[in-house]
Amino acid sequence: MIIEHIDAQLPGAVTDRHAFRGDQTIVVAKENLLALVDLLYREGFQLLVDITAVDWPERPNAEGGAAAGRFDVVYHWLNLASQERLRVKVPVADGGTVPSLTGHFKTADWFEREVFDLFGIRFDGHPNMKRLLTWDDFPGHALRKDFPLDGGDPFCMEGCTAPYNNGERAQG
Amino acid sequence: MAEMNINDAVVTTRLDAVVNWGRKNSLWPLPFGTACCAIEFMSMMASKYDMSRFGAEAMRFSPRQSDMMLVLGTVTNKMAPILRTIYAQMAEPKWVISVGVCASSGGMYRTYATLQGVDRVIPVDVYVPGCPPRPESMIYGVMKLQEKIEKESLSMRKEHIARFYESLARQEALQAEKGLTGQQTIRNMLMDAAERGAGTIF
Amino acid sequence: MESIALSRQQLDGDHMIVNLGPSHPTTHGTLRIILELEGETILKATPEMGYLHRGVEKLGENLSYQQFIPLTDRLNYCSSIMNNVGYTCAVEKLLGIEIPKRAQQIRVLVSELARIADHIVCVGVNAVDIGAFTAFLYLFRQRETVYDLFEMAAGQRLHTSFTRIGGLFRDIPEGFVPLCERFLVECEASVDECERLLTHNPIWHDRTKGIGAISPEDAVNWGYTGPCLRAAGVPQDLRKAQPYLGYETYDFDIPVGTTGDVFDRYLVRMEEMRQSLRIIRQVLDRLEPGPVNVDDPKIALPSKEKVYTRMESLIHHFKLIMHGMEMPVGEIYSATEAANGELGFYIVSDGGKNPYRIRVRPPCLPIFSSFHDQVKGCLIADAVAVLGAMNIIAGELDR
Repeated sequence: MIIEHIDAQLPGAVTDRHAFRGDQTIVVAKENLLALVDLLYREGFQLLVDITAVDWPERPNAEGGAAAGRFDVVYHWLNLASQERLRVKVPVADGGTVPSLTGHFKTADWFEREVFDLFGIRFDGHPNMKRLLTWDDFPGHALRKDFPLDGGDPFCMEGCTAPYNNGERAQG
Repeated sequence: MAEMNINDAVVTTRLDAVVNWGRKNSLWPLPFGTACCAIEFMSMMASKYDMSRFGAEAMRFSPRQSDMMLVLGTVTNKMAPILRTIYAQMAEPKWVISVGVCASSGGMYRTYATLQGVDRVIPVDVYVPGCPPRPESMIYGVMKLQEKIEKESLSMRKEHIARFYESLARQEALQAEKGLTGQQTIRNMLMDAAERGAGTIF
Repeated sequence: MESIALSRQQLDGDHMIVNLGPSHPTTHGTLRIILELEGETILKATPEMGYLHRGVEKLGENLSYQQFIPLTDRLNYCSSIMNNVGYTCAVEKLLGIEIPKRAQQIRVLVSELARIADHIVCVGVNAVDIGAFTAFLYLFRQRETVYDLFEMAAGQRLHTSFTRIGGLFRDIPEGFVPLCERFLVECEASVDECERLLTHNPIWHDRTKGIGAISPEDAVNWGYTGPCLRAAGVPQDLRKAQPYLGYETYDFDIPVGTTGDVFDRYLVRMEEMRQSLRIIRQVLDRLEPGPVNVDDPKIALPSKEKVYTRMESLIHHFKLIMHGMEMPVGEIYSATEAANGELGFYIVSDGGKNPYRIRVRPPCLPIFSSFHDQVKGCLIADAVAVLGAMNIIAGELDR
């Protein structure tokens, strides 16, 4: 399986791993990302399915360590020959940057633009780091947890009686 | 009605009736289709529900050649300036039917990105609720518009259309002055309107 | 691809910029394409999207898992049920449950109906853009029958919200199977008719052959999935490669093209419609009676009779609606083969009532982002043909 190859050829790159419900997931630091991508490409993981990000505002924003950043940039790969999927998570701090994969995968272009638009994470080496889904001078980054759902639009909540959680999380 | 000249009184009313009869039976729709309601619109145009019975078969995608704009689907804040431009390009007399709840009030999308109803930025004549409305509902909306056209006179529409053009001029002035995009200018205008307690920016 | 609309100083005096959309008859949905032309030849095509971005992913973080289902309907609105199926399969993977046999079979049945409906829209609208209006009218008659079937099953024509977590909204009623059998016959005839109109038509060949061709390596590098990838020559179909909902037990083929041009995409979609009819035939033959919801009151709502007569069912109902399901902490990615390709849902759960993060992987985003590569050097009319063949559904592209 691919994780053994990664451990063999890039020892120490994988800082965390799990296989919840059968989804292989590894966490790598952003310094090792390009080397990992080269390895994955050689091993047949040539379809980059998705790039997205998750905002964990309560995580410590320190450099180094297992959870070194507010955001997790999440990549999904598919190996067409073996039909194996892999998820790679790269923690990045608020204001930090991640190397862009547009050199290897043309599909990374718009996915990374979307992550920039919605989270504010920049990608080094991206040819056109502009917003994709919102307009050019949109104030803020929409999918961050501190951005309100209505974006400050008073018409959104006018007469609204739908019970939104106000950001409360159930203790599950 | 407006100026009532004794010599003209009877003739004006009849002229209104004839002109309105002509207008209501030959509404050429401009389908401003953005989302799912456009698919139900396609069904309405197809043979089972057939809009051409109402004279509205000639779908013209150019605003210069149509008189009824059907806003079909969610209009987002990014799309709002384009909607205003298209509405401004239509020649008078022009009417707007806002089809579906997304166009009428924002629908289920009470978010940062969705315009909470197109009547915030352009004048609307008929609202057709539904998500999406059945083709029969949309046909009923067009029929309601026909009833409305029948009753109105040539001068009744001038005022709110004039207000719209004035707001468009205001928007362009603000945009030029602050160097913002159309979307952000409209957002700012909407926030100002909300502070004043007005529901629209015109 | 920099936005050429803003860089006028870089423009050569001979080049013209034409703006296609976002309100334009050929942009089905709200897309914008900025074409830099020399005469009628396209030198550069910069696509722009986001005109239908409604904030679905953000809204999902404020709604419970069950409440998100109507939002999934409105992603790919031409084949709403496939989005419902994809999403509920993802949540069921997160929960780690398996739904009853009958529910799986009915989900396959309605998915294939929706796939046929989506391909009808794609082929019909592509034909209309190129000028062949008749094919659109003939095919849309079948779409009305599909709407009747959906209305019978779920009560709504277009946005059915038919599936629930743990099964379905309700079982299919009595008249469904006979109408479906009639549909199989009529649709087969309609597809044949459409093929007679288009497949050997020299005008169709001129307009679609060689336009928008892409190599298999490029298609994979661009992240293509679905009919566009199969038209390029890569036999990737999640129903065969990573089967779900019992697809491994059905007998069907996957059409694979050679050049990836508009003509191949059209042929792939027509053949997929026939294969979908074949799958529906097999589902109808082996549909077995049984429950359509998981028998776990912590996941699926109890039936109304039980809620009105038994106290514990009432409490279960209350807890499910007010407090939501008990979700494990974790993250999953689940993908199904939607009409446009791999529709993926990446759900991160922190154990709460609402998802912590819900991500929809749109199949047509990579395809649309490669628009420049497909139309470079072609004429404007070819750009219109390619746009139709890509089947960009803005609801899914922008979310």
